[in-house]
Amino acid sequence: MSGKDEAELSRLLRAAIAGDEKAYADFLHRIAALVRGFVRRKIVQGGVDPEDVVQETLLAIHVKRHTWRQDAPVLPWVYAIARFKLIDAFRRRGRRIEIDVDDIAETFAEPETETVSERDINRALDGLPPAQRSVVSSISVDGRSIGETAAKFGISETAVRVSLHRGLAAIAKRFGQGRFGRE
Amino acid sequence: MRTDDLIKALDADARSTAMPLRPAWWLAAGVAAVIAAIVFLSTIGPRPDFMAAAHTIRFLSKFVFTIVLAISAFASIRALSTPGAATGRAMAGMIAAPLLVAVAVVLELFAVPEADWSTRMIGSNMMICMSFIPLIGIGPLAIFLWMLRYGAPTRPVLAGAVAGLLAGGLAATFYAAHCFDDSPLFVATWYTIAIAALALLGALGGRFFVRW
Repeated sequence: MSGKDEAELSRLLRAAIAGDEKAYADFLHRIAALVRGFVRRKIVQGGVDPEDVVQETLLAIHVKRHTWRQDAPVLPWVYAIARFKLIDAFRRRGRRIEIDVDDIAETFAEPETETVSERDINRALDGLPPAQRSVVSSISVDGRSIGETAAKFGISETAVRVSLHRGLAAIAKRFGQGRFGRE
Repeated sequence: MRTDDLIKALDADARSTAMPLRPAWWLAAGVAAVIAAIVFLSTIGPRPDFMAAAHTIRFLSKFVFTIVLAISAFASIRALSTPGAATGRAMAGMIAAPLLVAVAVVLELFAVPEADWSTRMIGSNMMICMSFIPLIGIGPLAIFLWMLRYGAPTRPVLAGAVAGLLAGGLAATFYAAHCFDDSPLFVATWYTIAIAALALLGALGGRFFVRW
């Protein structure tokens, strides 16, 4: 992690907040790799799947991006959220964990690896109302665009955006409340 | 769902926007002050001799305590609701109000003969004080807890307690305009209990309501 990374990531998130989707995708991919490196190094025992924490962190970053002050460095903000989500994941499983904030300086970016385990996010997705669930799945798992999704379900692009936004917010909220299954 | 797939969904939602936290806090503070003012004016209201009292040092000192508490709590809660923000300086600033009260208490003990200490402390309004500070502060506290939910406090219980202190400082500022008990001995006792009750309520709210 260097000052150059920090400046580049801040620039990308500023552009993303201004509406640049390409910058946002770039930002999220790079943040995912950094958070993955951080989380994997922190989870030395089993019980918590690092990729679940990565996904929870990304969702929290997304729904809380209005809490980032654009004149403040972005990485301390990202790692504070990752640390909070990691502690939360351990707490849910009845563990306590001490995380030294200074350790983030040694974090390296890591690529995603395939795992066979069932993701928390899939269970949260299954708990959504059908309309939101099919829109979120269409855009994420099936990789369709907003326009393609609107055409597939015969609804307007605005309706797709609303369902997507509400669905993501609902998943993030479930994670925050420690609820993962169907209600 | 793979993380790359999740990113596709987040990216497609890039255009959704929310008000940045800093202006949202100012808006919330404004709304909270208006609610506190409405509750205050529609119930107890300012004391009849407000203008005359405004020339006495003890009356004015109450506002110094409560306003300093509100300002320092406001600075702290904004930092506490922002992940990664430095909170040390703002939190250290929260010692200012208790320190000012402590100094005023010492001065009062020198200024007033010992025989009068207990009358000054007990005053004539303690039940009103202990019921109306929480009553005026409960609406603002609800707004501040809701704001903590809107933000992202990584220490929700502490942030909730500070929300209670902020609501308490705001409510006590209004209540001070009503109360005839101006002695720092009264303020240090009953205001503290009333504000502490709001802080406790805020901490509970932080624990159970502020999840993200």
